[in-house]
Parts: sequence; structure tokens; C-alpha cells
Amino acid sequence: MKILLMGNPNVGKSVLFSRLTGTRTIASNYPGTTVGFTRGSLRLGQEQAEIIDVPGTYTLQPTSKAEEVAAEMLKEGDLIINVVDATNLERNLNLTLQLLESKVPVIIALNMWDDTRHKGINIDVGRLQELLGVPVVPTVGVTGQGISELVSRLHEATALQVSYATSDERWAKIGDIVGQVQSLSHRHHTWREVLEDASSHPVAGVAIAVVVLIASFLVIRFIGEGTINYITDPLFNRLWTPLLMKLSLLLGSGGFWHDILVGKLINGQIDYYQSLGLLSTGLYIEFGVVIPYIVAFYFVLGILEDIGYLPRLAVLMDTLLHRLGLHGYAIIPTILGFGCNVPAIMATRILESRRERFIAATLVSIAVPCAALQAMIVGLVGKYGIQYVAIVYGSLFISWIVIGLILNRVMRGFSPEMIMEIPPYRLPPWRVIGSKLWLRIYSFIKEALPIVTGAVFVVNILYMLNIFDYIANITAPVITGLMGLPKDTVVALAVGFLRKDVAMGMLAPLGLTAKQLVISATLLAMSFPCVATFAVLARELGIVDMLKATGIMMVTALVFGILLNLIL
Amino acid sequence: MFAGRKLTLGQMGSGQTGTIIRILGGRGLNRRLEALGVRPGKKVTKISTMMFNGPVTLRTDHTQIAVGFGMAQRILVELDKPA
Repeated sequence: MKILLMGNPNVGKSVLFSRLTGTRTIASNYPGTTVGFTRGSLRLGQEQAEIIDVPGTYTLQPTSKAEEVAAEMLKEGDLIINVVDATNLERNLNLTLQLLESKVPVIIALNMWDDTRHKGINIDVGRLQELLGVPVVPTVGVTGQGISELVSRLHEATALQVSYATSDERWAKIGDIVGQVQSLSHRHHTWREVLEDASSHPVAGVAIAVVVLIASFLVIRFIGEGTINYITDPLFNRLWTPLLMKLSLLLGSGGFWHDILVGKLINGQIDYYQSLGLLSTGLYIEFGVVIPYIVAFYFVLGILEDIGYLPRLAVLMDTLLHRLGLHGYAIIPTILGFGCNVPAIMATRILESRRERFIAATLVSIAVPCAALQAMIVGLVGKYGIQYVAIVYGSLFISWIVIGLILNRVMRGFSPEMIMEIPPYRLPPWRVIGSKLWLRIYSFIKEALPIVTGAVFVVNILYMLNIFDYIANITAPVITGLMGLPKDTVVALAVGFLRKDVAMGMLAPLGLTAKQLVISATLLAMSFPCVATFAVLARELGIVDMLKATGIMMVTALVFGILLNLIL
Repeated sequence: MFAGRKLTLGQMGSGQTGTIIRILGGRGLNRRLEALGVRPGKKVTKISTMMFNGPVTLRTDHTQIAVGFGMAQRILVELDKPA
């Protein structure tokens, strides 16, 4: 049996899904978190039912890719759990009545039931059930209230197959139902609403955005650096290094396996930046430097997502983003990109047109460095002073604006106007934030580790075969002549195709000047996407557009590399 | 501002409330707005317009919705009598 969880965007389907199935999924407080669909299973007596978390949709007449997915899924369902936001009955019932026209039995989860009270909304559940003709169960996804009742009443789901001639007729029916079941009581503005209005204010909103972004940056830096200085560095230096040294002795302090596993000893010691062994540099870069920042970034992102701040940022950024051929909502994939470009490019599905998706995906891959790369940039370039880090970020920001302006000019079509729901501010549900953070870190480790291992392995083999010298000599005119970098940097740039953080780590032993390091870091960020991003670009945009995007990246990287060499 | 005056959502002042009379646009626009609960007969309160003719934020029932300025100019509203 296939059970579909359907409802408007941001009504809590994903939270309900993880309650029903025990599967962890990513849920946030903004419309469009789920762009693909997630499957899970639920035991119903003897039977094992499949539950599908369908992307949110306002109507069965789709207006975006995510909504198309929803309308498609409806054909395969055996039962629909229609998740309804109790604080927005009228608008949610529009989809409900459309679902009741289908042949699939429907049961309603009246979710966010706890929010109705402080909003001054009273709903007569019994009467609503009577008027709709299908079971209605009040639920609170975040706490789990009502979930077991929902499961036990699944068999009561009914298919009505009513039909309405026009949408006006449907709205009239909705008006009639809402009038009978809902009563509103007056209440005062809460502090959350005062904050909501302030963040939408043209002046106060900008001030709040600046404060939020600076605070996020500081918190990420504080957690990331704190973890490195007080946890991971001591662990590596005091516990791991002695163990590795023993292993090094066991392997005879040299030879093929020694160099692959432990790496080259520098003055008889392990240097985590220079040894380039799987268990030294490979492990250290991921667990010692990158993961602390990944944790910090996703912790802060999770809070911003669940409070409901991001859609407000989208409204503020809309005018600027229109110049780049996008609209405000594109800020969400952009921000996700600062964690990892892969989910960011998938999130471009919330944008309406192919044109926008192409521009957004290209801009993310050029100008938005992922957390892994950023951790290394901050660690390595930061040693020379914060101003050098600022130059890297400044160059990326300029490329974002310039490429956006150009693409908007050159590409046919126009950017459609924004139209979106702004969710209310909510207190961050710590349970949801915690499990989301865990899920994101787990999938980072799962996806990054094999590639990091592979990258370190390949680098060692290529060094042994002297292939890098060959590549370095071919590219020397551009790299050395135009960008002023030593030809060894090519090796690191090439490794960037596998993992950007490892590539950045390979720059450490080269003894680059601050200027050379800035140029290399900028090149790494802009040029070739890493292999995972490459794959997702090809899947989401198609091969042709992926190649176009890659071409744009190469040209941008070349131009910026040369310009930085001339200016600095 | 006089009660009963008709103007677009874009022209309304922040904090003003009125009733949507018409949406001046094609079926596509009407459908997209309708899906979000913005349709003739609904009461709306304008919250703000962002600088440089940026998006307009409005409230209807218990939802806040942001629409581009161009769309806001096509939503015709009749202002309520001041309470």
C-alpha cells in the first residue's frame, strides 16, 4: 500500500513523516524544503505500508517543478494523508477539496494544532469532519501529539469523488465550511508578530538582516575555531600523532604503503598539512579542520531555517537578485551552497523557469564556496591576515554580481516576479534542529570520506609516476606566466576536481606568498566544480547546460586569476 | 486617504486595510494568487513595500505573503473605513 503525505508547503509534512516512519528527514520553516520525494515505511498491523513525503503544493494545477512532482505522485497513491495547517484553514482547504475530487481515499491531519490557541483560532473538529465527510485528526508534528490516533484511524479514510464545476464554486464551499467551524477571538500582538513586521520593514528589515548575517558569521567562526583549538587539534596532536608514529616505525619509516597510509615524514615528524598520507593529512583535513566548520555552519543554518528567517531575507534581496536574472527566493539555494553546492543545486528546483535554474546553479558553483573549502581558506589564507581572506570573498562576490548581470543580459527570457508565503516566526524546535544537524553531518561524512580517501590515494600514485610534472609543464605558461603562480600549484588545482578541501591542503607545503595563496584559493573556488557538484549539475541541468556552466566557470576563473595577479 | 477609495496594493500605504475587488491580470496570475488565498473579496492588510519598488508584503487571514511590485500593482483594493 502506498500512502501519500500531501499538503500545502510548510505545513509540517516532513516532521509528520519522520514521526510516522522513524526516518530522519530535513524539515525547515520555509515553503519548499522538500523538492524531491522521500520514501519510508510504516507497519500497519500485518501489513508494511510505504509512506511518501510529497513536496508541498497549493493546488493540483502545478506552477513549479516541485509542484509538478506532487501532481504526478497523486496518480500512484492508495491513500492520502492530507496535512492541513490549522492556522490557515481556508487556504489549505482549497487543496483538500481538490484532493477529495480524486479517486484516492483521504484522511486529514489537522496539524500545528498547538498554534491555533495563541493565534486566537477555535476550530470545531467534529463539525469539520462532518462537513468534509472524511476523518479529521488534530496533530502536532513537533511533539508527536495525535500521531497514534492518526495511524489508528487510517482505515477510515474515504474517497468521496465529489466534483466542483468551477473554482469559484469550490471557494464558496470553503467559505461555507470555514464560516461554520472556525471562530476567531481577539488577542494582542505577540512579540513574535512585532518582530515579523519589523523584519519586513524596508529600513528596520535591512538592519535586522545585517545583524543576523554578522551574528551568524561570528557564531560559525566561534564554534568552528573553538572546536579546532580546544577539541580536534589537541586530539590529533596528543593522541593520534603518537599512534601514527608507531605505525610509521612498524612500516619501516618509508616505502609505498608507508607513504600512502602515513605519508612522507617531514624532518622525521608527521606534518598534517604536508605528509599527504591517508591517515595523516586525509583524516586531519576532514575531521580536524572541515567537520568543525560543517557542524558550526549547519547548526546556525538549522536555526535560521526553523525560526523562519530565510523567506524574509528573500524578500529583502529580491530587488538585487532581479538584476541577476533571479528573484528573491534564489537566496535559499545560495545560502545552502555555503554548506555544500550539491544540495544547493538541487534546491534550485523551487525556482520556476529553466533560465532561472541555470543562472542560480551557475552562480552557486562559481561564487559560493562550500563549507569544506571555506574552512581551509580561513585556516590557510587567514594565517597571513584577515584582509587576505576578505580579498578572496570580495572577488567571489564581485564575480557573483558580474556573471549574474551578464547572464541576465545574454540569456533569452525574463525573471518572473516573486510570489511566496512568509511563514510565521517560530521558536526553534531543538529536537528537529538536532536531528537535522546529525543527518547533514552524517551524509557529509558518508559522501566526503570515500572521495577524500580516493583523492589522497590518486595524488600519491600520480606523484610516484611523475604525471604531475608533465601537467605542470603544459600549463606553466598560463599558471606561471599570467597568474604568477609556481607551476606546482597546478597539481592542487587539478585535485580540486576531486575535493576542494584536500586541494587547498595541498597548497600548504608549497610555500606560497600571501598573494599567490589568495589567487590559488580564488581559482579553486571558481573553477571546476568538484566531482559531486559536476554530477548533480549534469543531472539537474542536462549535459549541454552543465558544459556551458563549466565553460563559464573556467573563463571566470581565468579572468579573475589574471586580474588578481595584476592588481595585487 | 478616504475610505471606499480604490487603489492598487502597490499604491496603498503600509498598515492600511481593504478588500480586494479585482485582480487585473490573466488566468495564470489569478490562479497563482488564488492558490495562496489572495482573491477578490478577501480582506488584506498591507505590511510594507521594500525599497526601490521591491516586493510588497501583505497579510490576509493569518498568512503573510510577499508578491513582486508588478503583481501588487495589478491587485485592486477598496480601502476600509478607518475604525
